Amino acid sequence: MNIHEYQGKALLKEFGVPVLEGVHCTSIEQALTAYDNLNSKVVAVKSQIHAGGRGKGTLYHPQTRQEVMQGGVKIAFSKDEVETYATNILGNILVTIQTGDEGKVVKNLYVESGCDIAHEYYLALLVDRDNKSVLIMASTEGGMDIEHVAEHTPDKIHKVVVDVNAGLLGFQKRDLGNSLGLSGMALRSFAKTLNAMYEMFVSQDCAMVEINPLVRTSNDEIVALDAKISFDENAEFRHKNWAQLRDLSEEEDVEIRAKETGLSYVKLDGNIGCLVNGAGLAMATMDVIKLYGGEPANFLDVGGGADEEQVKTAFSMIMEDPNVKGILVNIFGGIMRCDIIARGVIAATEALSLEVPLVVRLAGTNVEQGKEILAASDLNIHPANDLAEGAQKIVSLIGGDE
Amino acid sequence: MAIWIEEDAKVLVQGITGKQGMFHAGKMVEYGTNIVGGCTPGKGGQTVELEGKDFPVWNSMTEAITVTDADATVIYVPPPFAAEAIMEAAEAFDSIKGEGVVICITEGIPTLDMIKAVAYVNNRPGIRLIGPNCPGIITPGETGGAKIGIMPGHIHAKGRIGIVSKSGTLTYEAVAQTMSIDEGQSTCIGIGGDPVNGTGFIECLAAFENDPQTVAIVMIGEIGGNAEQEAAAFAAENVSKPIVGFVAGSTAPPGKRMGHAGAIISGGKGTAEEKFEAFKQAGIACANDPSEIGSVLLQALKDAGLR
Repeated sequence: MNIHEYQGKALLKEFGVPVLEGVHCTSIEQALTAYDNLNSKVVAVKSQIHAGGRGKGTLYHPQTRQEVMQGGVKIAFSKDEVETYATNILGNILVTIQTGDEGKVVKNLYVESGCDIAHEYYLALLVDRDNKSVLIMASTEGGMDIEHVAEHTPDKIHKVVVDVNAGLLGFQKRDLGNSLGLSGMALRSFAKTLNAMYEMFVSQDCAMVEINPLVRTSNDEIVALDAKISFDENAEFRHKNWAQLRDLSEEEDVEIRAKETGLSYVKLDGNIGCLVNGAGLAMATMDVIKLYGGEPANFLDVGGGADEEQVKTAFSMIMEDPNVKGILVNIFGGIMRCDIIARGVIAATEALSLEVPLVVRLAGTNVEQGKEILAASDLNIHPANDLAEGAQKIVSLIGGDE
Repeated sequence: MAIWIEEDAKVLVQGITGKQGMFHAGKMVEYGTNIVGGCTPGKGGQTVELEGKDFPVWNSMTEAITVTDADATVIYVPPPFAAEAIMEAAEAFDSIKGEGVVICITEGIPTLDMIKAVAYVNNRPGIRLIGPNCPGIITPGETGGAKIGIMPGHIHAKGRIGIVSKSGTLTYEAVAQTMSIDEGQSTCIGIGGDPVNGTGFIECLAAFENDPQTVAIVMIGEIGGNAEQEAAAFAAENVSKPIVGFVAGSTAPPGKRMGHAGAIISGGKGTAEEKFEAFKQAGIACANDPSEIGSVLLQALKDAGLR
């Protein structure tokens, strides 16, 4: 789960990480008031969306799709400029390298004081799968695309692996600071900041905290100029406050609804809907559709214990996508019995008056009963014995329609 | 032989009084798994009836292992308490027997909890953790066997193919593929789809290599992380038995979590393409499609003079 920069900064501040004064705004008037109150000669006017690359993005008019402004993060030197930038940002669509071509409507703005930057650094805390621990990465190359730095100058990225049981130790903070060339007051400020960030990471169940750039001011103070924070969704049960931080408009509506009903759905661009049990098999089903020349319209895992009702919900979600021209159901019944799935499939096709071709492949527990139930129905359901056959059938069925 | 779990292994069920725990404990008993009881704090002294037989419940794993001399435990405890259940089992096995296998089925455990639990288990070298977020481990027997987890027991048969996979249903798919060419399984292990887990591919490959019952291995990975690449590099140096590989997620878009918490391509890394490439570099015979695993395996067995 991602949160906005302004929310991340509030959280950082709460844990004692130095951030600049800033105000969250949702209107041009608020942005102008914020400028007056901040009392800073220079302010940053920042688009708030859940995607990186905002500074280098482009804003477009939501209806005409005409370009409005280059750059979703602007430095304003006057109130007039704040007004211009806020007007150009709010309500328009920001397209960045991470949003895809459709972009995202900007509904939130952050107006932040300026500061005197001596150097920009990169700092990130994340879960390290290889070491099964928390990894801290830092670089002197702040403000840059870190993946580019990692590829071209890997020696400029410094890493510390934290032993979670021992916690982040003093020498680790000093070593990392030293490797960034920090000393004296700046090193102490860095160590303190890092400590606060680690405390936040652990107590808030973060999945990633990325500060790019983290800056050293001319007074040798370390300040977080950006904040990209995401939480580990598995820990939601112990963070009641996340409900308020969640911006549902940033998430695919159908993906949220799927999660609420215990399904896992990801929308894709193709035209063959898939309904599968198990994440690995759901991915493999997409892959095999592609292998036989089709394009999957979605990833959909109905889980291990889906009932008739969930199967019905899953079908209606697939059919919400106007691109879907056919559906492949692929179930390897373990806990889930094939006869139950077969009944669910029939109930759903009848309830939704499904008109697109449907291929059903069943295997595992009670497979014979399941097949009999499907065969006995007078619905137009094409059976398949294995995944390859199922994929070939659905691809040829929708091909024949065109 | 088989690996880690013998056919007659004595197994405890943590969370046996819960809905999931009780349902699957029943299925395990039905399959023939030697279930010796369960553990639910606060419910010690009760019994649970499974398949017409009563099984004792203990308050603590220390008590349960002391009385039953169990070899393994399987955890169906809800996510907020699962990491602690793993650590309780690890500590009890370690202090009483110095060894034990802990299988955690639970999906949705916070990652930071798992980091702590894995470090805790790793401090006790005799303890093996399988999972979490996995189907479990099964060693089929001539009749019955040890099914520890949620997999459908009836699709398996004792044999000479070792299977290791991150995914549940893809493991079943692989099992069905071995059966389609008249081969059974030595042991099948689901290592789970979480970013931080216990036993990994490499340990499974090493154990299968040393297991006389296993003659060939099926390894199924998925997008995210680089465990498959590391396993391939290990296999190239250390595994003499034929391996058949498949990786799910060739069509997965970057930056999107595909069901499993760990199945995500981040920063362009962890793609199915790079994993398949690593498999091929290591001489692993790849199936392009799970329905091909049987035929690719059959060819690999023939090439090795095993069919």
